[in-house]
Amino acid sequence: MSATTKTPTAPDSRTTSTSAPTSKAAALLGDRRLPVLVTAGLFLAMYITGLSRYQNYGFAEPQVFLNLFIDNGYLLVAAVGATFVILSGGIDLSVGSLIGFTTMLTAWLVERQGMPFLAVIPVALAVGAFGGFLMGYVIQNFEIQPFIVTLAGLFLFRGLCLVISKESIAIDDATVNSMAQAQVQLGVGFLSISAMVALVVLAAAFYILHYTRFGRRVYAIGGSEQSAMLMGLPQGGTKIAVYTVSGFCSALAGLLFTLYIQSGDPLHATGMELDAIAAVVIGGTLLTGGSGYVLGTLFGVLVLGLIKTIIQFEGTLSSWWTKIATGVLLCAFILIQRAMTARKKT
Amino acid sequence: MSTPSAATTATPSRWRALTHHHLFWPVAVLVALLLVNVPFTPDFFSIKMTDGHLYGSLVSIVLFGSPLILVAVGMTLVIATGGIDLSVGAVVAITGALTCSYISDQADQNALSAVFLAMGIGLVAAVVCGLWNGFLVARMGIQPIIATLIIMVAGRGVAQLITDGQIITINSEPYKLIGGGYWLTLPFSIFVVAAVVAITVALTRKTALGLLVESVGGNAEASRLVGIRSRRIKIMVYVFCALCAGIAGLMISSNTSAADGNNAGLWIELDAILAVVIGGTSLLGGRFSIGGTVVGALVIQTLTTTIYTIGVPTQTNLVFKAAVVIVVCLLQSPKFRAKVFGAKSGAKSGGTPDSAPAKTVTTAEAAPKMEVS
Repeated sequence: MSATTKTPTAPDSRTTSTSAPTSKAAALLGDRRLPVLVTAGLFLAMYITGLSRYQNYGFAEPQVFLNLFIDNGYLLVAAVGATFVILSGGIDLSVGSLIGFTTMLTAWLVERQGMPFLAVIPVALAVGAFGGFLMGYVIQNFEIQPFIVTLAGLFLFRGLCLVISKESIAIDDATVNSMAQAQVQLGVGFLSISAMVALVVLAAAFYILHYTRFGRRVYAIGGSEQSAMLMGLPQGGTKIAVYTVSGFCSALAGLLFTLYIQSGDPLHATGMELDAIAAVVIGGTLLTGGSGYVLGTLFGVLVLGLIKTIIQFEGTLSSWWTKIATGVLLCAFILIQRAMTARKKT
Repeated sequence: MSTPSAATTATPSRWRALTHHHLFWPVAVLVALLLVNVPFTPDFFSIKMTDGHLYGSLVSIVLFGSPLILVAVGMTLVIATGGIDLSVGAVVAITGALTCSYISDQADQNALSAVFLAMGIGLVAAVVCGLWNGFLVARMGIQPIIATLIIMVAGRGVAQLITDGQIITINSEPYKLIGGGYWLTLPFSIFVVAAVVAITVALTRKTALGLLVESVGGNAEASRLVGIRSRRIKIMVYVFCALCAGIAGLMISSNTSAADGNNAGLWIELDAILAVVIGGTSLLGGRFSIGGTVVGALVIQTLTTTIYTIGVPTQTNLVFKAAVVIVVCLLQSPKFRAKVFGAKSGAKSGGTPDSAPAKTVTTAEAAPKMEVS
C-alpha cells in the first residue's frame, strides 16, 4: 500500500514518460512498447536464421509461415484469454485442463451422444465461460487468491475429463472432419478454419482492450486495484468478467484443439496454461498487470511456434529442447521486464 | 461442516479456543477423512507385523505421502516469506534423473560409495536450482511465481536431456533403501521425513530463524530496515525448498528404481501448495505452521488412499482434490465465514474486521462513476 511505488498505469500514461529529460537510450528503455518490439525483432531474427539454415528444405515457402498460425491457433486463443487475466493482475492456471475438458466433452457429446458438432459448439463455450465465471466469482467475493482458485479449477476440470472417460475418444464425425480439413486460400498459401478463428479472436481482443471501457478497466485494475476502486470503477464485475473471458477463450481454444487433433483425451493440453503464460510474458505483458499489448501475445505465440518449427526442421534435435528453449526465452524476457520496471521506479 | 458452528454458540469459550487453534480445521478434516474409511474397510486402523515390517493403511499413508511432506515442508518456508516455488516438480525430476543416470553408469550399482556420490550429485543440482530461484527472487526482484516458472518449464526439458528422453531403470540395493526400504520395522522414508521435519522445526522454532522468515514475509522492506538480511533469508528458503524437493526426488526415483524425466514429481508443486494451504499457512506470507503442513500433506495422501479404498474410480481423485481445495479455502476465507455463518447467528460475528472493507467497497461503488479517459 505504499503510495510511492505504484501509479495507475493505463496505456495512455506512456505519453508522460516522454516529458522526462533523459537520453534517447533511456527513453527507449522506458518505452512500454519495447518488449513487444524486442519480441517481434526476435521472431524476425529467428525466421531469417531459419531461412538461411534450411533454405534447401523449403523453409522459405509461405506455407511454412502460415502453418505457424494453423499449428498454434488454439494456443493463440488460449493466450489471448490469459492476456486479459494477466493484464488485470491475476493469473489463470485452469487454461490447460479446461482445454482438455473441452476436447473430452466435445468428443463425448459428438461420438457417444450423437449430438451434431455445430450444436456442441455453443454448449462447450457456455460451459467454459461459466467455469471461468465461477472462478472469478469466488476470487472476487471471497477474496481468495486467483492462483489457488484457478488451481482448484485445474484439478476440477482435469478430474472431470477423467470422469467422462479414461480413454481417449476418437472423433469420426463428418462435420468435424470437413471443418478440420477446410482450407481458406490466401493466394500464397492457405489457413485452416482454426487459424482464421484465432485471428478473429485476436482482432476482437485488440479492439476490446484498447478501444472499450471494459479494456481500460482491465488495465486500470492491473495497474493498481486500490486506485481503480477509489476511482469508482466497478472492479468486482470487471474481475469476474476477466476470468469469464479467459474461460470462454479456453473453451474456444479447446474446440480448435479438437479440430486440430480430432479426438478427446483426458491428457490433452496438459501444462498448456504454462505455454499460454509464457507466450503472454514473452509478448511483453507485465506479470504484475496493467501493462502490455495483446499483439505482443501474438508474437509470443509465434516465437514459441517458430521454436517448434525450427526444431522440426533441424531433425536431429529432440523435443525436450523446446522446453529448454522456452524456459531460456522466458527467463530473458522476464529479465528485460525487470530492467524496464526498475528504470521506471528511479 | 457446518455443525461445529452450532456448537460454538452453545459453549462459547472452550469451543472457541479449540476451533480457533490453527491446527483445528486441518486435523478435523484429516480425522473425518480417516473415519470415512472405516465403514468400507473395518480394519482400517489396524497395523500388522509381517516379516518384521509393520503394515497397515496408516503406515502406507505416511510412506506414500513422504515425498509430498518433504516438498510441502520446504514450500511452507518459501510461502512464509511471501513467495512460492513452482519449480519443485522439475527439481524432483532433475535430481532423480541425475542420480539414476550416475548409478546406472556404474559397473557395480550396489557400491555404497557410488550411491552416495550419486545422491550427492543429485542434491547439489537441487541446491543449484534453489540458488538460481533465490537469486532471481531476492537479487533481481522478480515475482516468485514467475521466477520459479522458468525452471518449472525448462527443468523437465533438462531432466529429459539427462535421461536422453528414456526412463532409466537401475538395480541398486542400497539406493532402494531410501524410498522403498525398511528400517526398525518401519519404512525408511518415514525416518528421513521425521528427521527433516524435526530439523526444520528445531531451526525455525528454537532459533530466531523462523521469526526472521515470518518477518521477511510480513514486510521484506521493513525487515531490511531493522537489520534483517532479508535477501539472504529469501535465498536460503529457496535453497532449502529445492533441497527438500531433491530429497523427495531421491525418494521417488528410489521407490520406483527408475528416473522418468517427464512424469517424476508431476504436479507435486500443486499438491504441495495445497498441503500448505490446508495446513493453514497464509499464501500471503508472514506466518507459517510446519505442523499444519504435515497434516495438510497427510490429508491429501489420505484423500488419495480413501478414494482407492471406498472403490470410487481413481480417476475422480482430482475432482475430490478440487472439492477439498475449495472447501478448505472457503472455510479459511474470513469473508466467506462472515457471509455464511455470520448470516445465521448475526451476534457472533457482528464485529468481524471484514465488515469494514466490505463497507468501503459499497461506498466506492456508490460514488459517481468515473472512466479512465
